[in-house]
Amino acid sequence: MSSKILEAKNITMQFGGLKAVENFNIQIHAGELVGLIGPNGAGKTTVFNMLTGVYQPTHGEIFIDGHRTKGLKAFEISHLGMTRTFQNIRLFKDLNVLENVLIASHQNTDYTIIQAVLKTPQFYEEEEALTAKAMALLKIFDLDKKAKFQSGSLPYGEQRKLEIVRALATDPKIILLDEPAAGMNHKETEALMHLISYIRKEFKLSVLLIEHDMKLVMGICERLIVLDHGVTICQGAPEVVRKDDKVIAAYLGVDAHLESNA
Amino acid sequence: MATPAVLQFRKSFLAPILSLIAVVLAAEIIDHSFNAYIQLIFLYICINIILALSLNLVNGFTGQFSIGHAGFMAVGAYTSAFLSTHPSLFGYEIRFLPASLDFFNYPIYALAGGLTAAAAGYVVGLPSLRLKGDYLAIVTLGFGEIIRVILLNTEAVGGARGLFGISSPADITIAGIEISAFAQSFFWAATAMVLTFIFLWRLINSSHGRGFLSVREDEIAAEAMGINTTNIKVLAFVLSSFFAGIAGSVFAHSTHYLNPSTFSFQKSVDVIIMVVLGGMGSLTGSIVAAIIVSVLPELILRPLQDYTHVDLRMVIYSLLLIIFMIMRPQGIFGTTEISFANLMKSFFHGRKDVIKNS
Amino acid sequence: MQEFVQHLINGISLGSIYALIALGYTMVYGILQLINFAHSEVYMVGAFAAYYTARVLGLDAKPGVLTFITVLVAAMAVCSILGVTIERLAYRPLRKAPKLNSLITAIGVSLLLQYSGQIIFGADPKVFPNILEDASLASFGDVNLRLFDVTILIVGIIFMIALHYLIHYTKTGKAMRAVSNNQVVASLMGINGDKVIAMTFVIGSSLAGVGAVLVGMKYPKIDPLMGMLIGLKAFTAAVLGGIGNLGGAVLGGVLMGVCEEFVVGYLSSTYRDAVAFAILIVILLFRPSGLLGRSQVEKV
Repeated sequence: MSSKILEAKNITMQFGGLKAVENFNIQIHAGELVGLIGPNGAGKTTVFNMLTGVYQPTHGEIFIDGHRTKGLKAFEISHLGMTRTFQNIRLFKDLNVLENVLIASHQNTDYTIIQAVLKTPQFYEEEEALTAKAMALLKIFDLDKKAKFQSGSLPYGEQRKLEIVRALATDPKIILLDEPAAGMNHKETEALMHLISYIRKEFKLSVLLIEHDMKLVMGICERLIVLDHGVTICQGAPEVVRKDDKVIAAYLGVDAHLESNA
Repeated sequence: MATPAVLQFRKSFLAPILSLIAVVLAAEIIDHSFNAYIQLIFLYICINIILALSLNLVNGFTGQFSIGHAGFMAVGAYTSAFLSTHPSLFGYEIRFLPASLDFFNYPIYALAGGLTAAAAGYVVGLPSLRLKGDYLAIVTLGFGEIIRVILLNTEAVGGARGLFGISSPADITIAGIEISAFAQSFFWAATAMVLTFIFLWRLINSSHGRGFLSVREDEIAAEAMGINTTNIKVLAFVLSSFFAGIAGSVFAHSTHYLNPSTFSFQKSVDVIIMVVLGGMGSLTGSIVAAIIVSVLPELILRPLQDYTHVDLRMVIYSLLLIIFMIMRPQGIFGTTEISFANLMKSFFHGRKDVIKNS
Repeated sequence: MQEFVQHLINGISLGSIYALIALGYTMVYGILQLINFAHSEVYMVGAFAAYYTARVLGLDAKPGVLTFITVLVAAMAVCSILGVTIERLAYRPLRKAPKLNSLITAIGVSLLLQYSGQIIFGADPKVFPNILEDASLASFGDVNLRLFDVTILIVGIIFMIALHYLIHYTKTGKAMRAVSNNQVVASLMGINGDKVIAMTFVIGSSLAGVGAVLVGMKYPKIDPLMGMLIGLKAFTAAVLGGIGNLGGAVLGGVLMGVCEEFVVGYLSSTYRDAVAFAILIVILLFRPSGLLGRSQVEKV
């Protein structure tokens, strides 16, 4: 029985009178790859924001690897092993590629300011180790040659990849990817699919994925949860979900659903 | 055979030692080459460099807009001056060194000034740094003024009349070699400046430094990557205040007289101008800007003022501020440090470059 | 009790002036999210515009309603022009830049005006012309209702009502509210953002001019640095009421005036200016959205 890396029980996000997400439940075990799908505005990113601590849920509880996250700040939740990428890329644009990745290692850095300022052997050794680790990660994603490039100057697809590398550098147990394939063409999306499967195996990660690209979703997700107007309307294996009436209606409208049955 | 790490550690002493030698040489050269007026300017250059570097840490590297820097300088200045004019405090002797070693009292005063200023920075920073942009600026402005008003109303440090008779080194002769008062003053001022620069340079190039930068670039992403952004901001603020306090101490012992009106918002603006001019995010830029701001008024403005009988310094400064923010907000050096390659790129390519080294 | 009423009257009078200036801050912040540091200097220039107008037109020795109105119009005109010019030259180029750049520029403009003012007008204080004769209108025991205070209140109310009408019942006002809410969408609806912003500065600056004349009338000493303190107090009033909120600016202004008068009356006059600072810091640390404002949630 593998452990539950992530569990959310009936979490609700209410902004004033608007319930952006209502009674959302999820359980992810170690190594699972789950997709969170639904039409635009369904509340998927809001779910991510609740899970990662950007928003405090109005109701409900979240557990990461058994630890309750109520009242924890986003950075504390990161320390528990949860990391993410953003829908609108949030790289540290003015910094170079390597620095973006190194920042994510700050939480695992042991040397103190005094040691840094005195440039002690420990400082040096840790910096070397961190840089080596960061470069190794970048190499997997074919970004190592651009280590000194300003991250804001990278092409869009590479910026998305860099965000993933950065997230991986936090040594996470679970990674939340928010539309990682947005703006990518077919070839890039294929490569991304392989990459996600690879990192999941290689780094023993659980993955929760928001995506609109159905090829990617159907291709790699083991399980899907479908959100519409903040409410979970279906969950299960991809083949089952894709045929579900409610899901089709949500994406294509009720008429399309009727048409497909005609 | 020592590991590369140990070798690097040993090598890291090179810069500080060489700098110290340079400081001693400079002290002697300036001592014997220039008159007292120019010697004072050299002291001001050191003070301004420390101020600009320390403010840049918060405004440039961490992206938080603090405009009350003069307040922390004042705290350091007054603490240091007070200690030097009071041989005993609450009945306790605080002079530990014999009179012959008075020279070594000055770093102690400076440290006390820096620590007090750091404490003030903590008190101000902790509640304020939750605020964003404009609001943080207003609160820091407010606190800067409050510190000034408190000093104005504190009789123990002279209040509105100011604090007189602050000690400074005296001419001494060691083993037949004459060491002038100025040489000693300059030694401490320049040493403080060098240490400030080395500290901040190494800090920026460490994991904590990257933490500051991440907060500047994108706080939400930084938090998501595990950075305690509040702590980082307060840390930057406290360190910045510490060095401002050191600068204040050097200032106090260079001018022998303190008045709260010196530490007004105008003084904070002076430092902001240095940081904006040099480039928010460039340590070497701050140094260059500090030198320019210390020297230019003497070279150009004072003669101009003698000629026109009008003090144009603040008018020109404010114009510069506006023009730079509109036409070249990254200042002279932007976020890059001085190296020949970068100099060429900065001037000819304008804003950002593809290859970025920190 | 009588002392209380007198302080209240003084406080409301002072507060009306703060409100007029606070409206300028709040309007600009509502539309540009910029703290217009230079607003206090526009106010200062208004006072000097009134001064020189009275001198040049020889109205110095002829107090009366006509003088008052002439001087008021002159101040409002000069302030509007100055305000719009500042917006055009210093703030518009920075519309798309990070907010911090605009803030620094605003500080720069404020300082430029202060120090230029000292050079052009001379640093020594001048005596504001006698534009209206003060008189005691009514007395209830120790409570004295003076003409100046009543004038300030009436003029203040007139302009505030005019502003309210403008904002809520005219097309221009609707456009201003739209731009304040969402500039991009407003421009998609065909609203010329530049014009609306310029209009905002015209109105805000004119109100500062009105405030300047009222202040000059009641406290006749004017100097190039007079804007700093009152600017701080008016800004605090705007924040207190909820920055961006017009009703908040009025509420905040009156509260600030009353608080200040009561502190001076019942505690000590040395704390007159410290009250503003204290209120500002407390508000910013504990309720930055102000009394009537709403806190913003950042979208991630």
